Amino acid sequence: MSEAVVSGAPQGMPLPQTDSPSALLLGHADDNLVLAHRLGEWISKAPELELDIALGNIGLDHLGVARALYQHLGRTEGRTEDQYAMGRTDREFRNLLLVEQPNGDFAHTIVRQFFVDCYQLQLWPDLAGSDDDVVAGIAAKALKETDYHYRFSHGWMLRMAGGTDESRERVQIAIDDIWRFTGEIFEGDTSIDRDGWNALVDGMLAETGLTKPEDPYQKTGGRVGYHTEHLGYLLTEMQWMQRTYPGLEW
Amino acid sequence: MVGTLTHARDVVARVVDPEIPVLTIEDLGVLRDVTQDGERVVVTITPTYSGCPAMGQIEDDIRRALSRAGFSDVVINVTYLPAWTTEWMSDEARSKLEHFGIAPPTAPSDVRCPKCRHGESRLIAQFGSTACKALMVCSACGDPFDYFKEH
Repeated sequence: MSEAVVSGAPQGMPLPQTDSPSALLLGHADDNLVLAHRLGEWISKAPELELDIALGNIGLDHLGVARALYQHLGRTEGRTEDQYAMGRTDREFRNLLLVEQPNGDFAHTIVRQFFVDCYQLQLWPDLAGSDDDVVAGIAAKALKETDYHYRFSHGWMLRMAGGTDESRERVQIAIDDIWRFTGEIFEGDTSIDRDGWNALVDGMLAETGLTKPEDPYQKTGGRVGYHTEHLGYLLTEMQWMQRTYPGLEW
Repeated sequence: MVGTLTHARDVVARVVDPEIPVLTIEDLGVLRDVTQDGERVVVTITPTYSGCPAMGQIEDDIRRALSRAGFSDVVINVTYLPAWTTEWMSDEARSKLEHFGIAPPTAPSDVRCPKCRHGESRLIAQFGSTACKALMVCSACGDPFDYFKEH
């Protein structure tokens, strides 16, 4: 893939400190929370009952990882997991733009998941070696789950590419639409194995004959709080209860 | 009167999984440790899957069981290390699962139908009724069944 990465952050605006370990950890927590919410949006309207359950289950795994990371961060920062999830505005979220992109059709959801799975298959082994035992434990556990998610998303990439003319066309459109959000994965986190990610993605492209876009443009900004407009709508729905009744407990 | 640690341990070990009620949290390997610090009972559990929605229920059930047994000061810790694995499940637990109609965790090629015990089946859905299960169908009797995923 092209190395040309164009920052999506407006010029001249102060950027929050983002290279500290806890800021990166917050980014990982936010990735998982936002993606969990997106996957949850499929519940009751996936193409088949089995897919409804699958997407819900994958979302639940991501939610569990997000909660564990927020709880861990909260112990040192003196905040609750709800304060992280429900009390921050879009500019305070540090997730990748990739995970906040709308579900689109099933192909878009699967392509987004596939790119995230390929990324987390690199991320978790790295974090599993962390000096922080809690982070290492969360990562080791998440890796087993990501392995299973990857089997699902990769399986559906093959099936859609080899299915009908329409499914193949749709999955190619989804790759073309989402590709510009993948470069950000490697920005600001030098520990991620980019070659490992490339190998999985290129392997899938070789298996299916699908192609990646020629256009080198990459949209970034999520890790420093500059998001696409979609995140605001997502947070509005996700946070409305705590915004309406701050501190509410079940 | 303060109950003994052995008593507290027995009480906690008998708490069953809310989604698979034939297995206790000890059978599943969810229960990692019970210790006592004065009157306080400290229970350490680990989730099967990161997002397992039964964890909250399990915590409540542990508190309720201990409270009924006279232990009111209870702290529950959740640990992620070492990561839960189905390898911790005892042979007895596996046999209980099979009798309940759920194929116990094993390599996917070794799964046998919990109803007719036939050794050939195929996967219907990678994700089943709970995070820890997949849905299979038996090649002999044609019945669908839950398979507790090897993890």
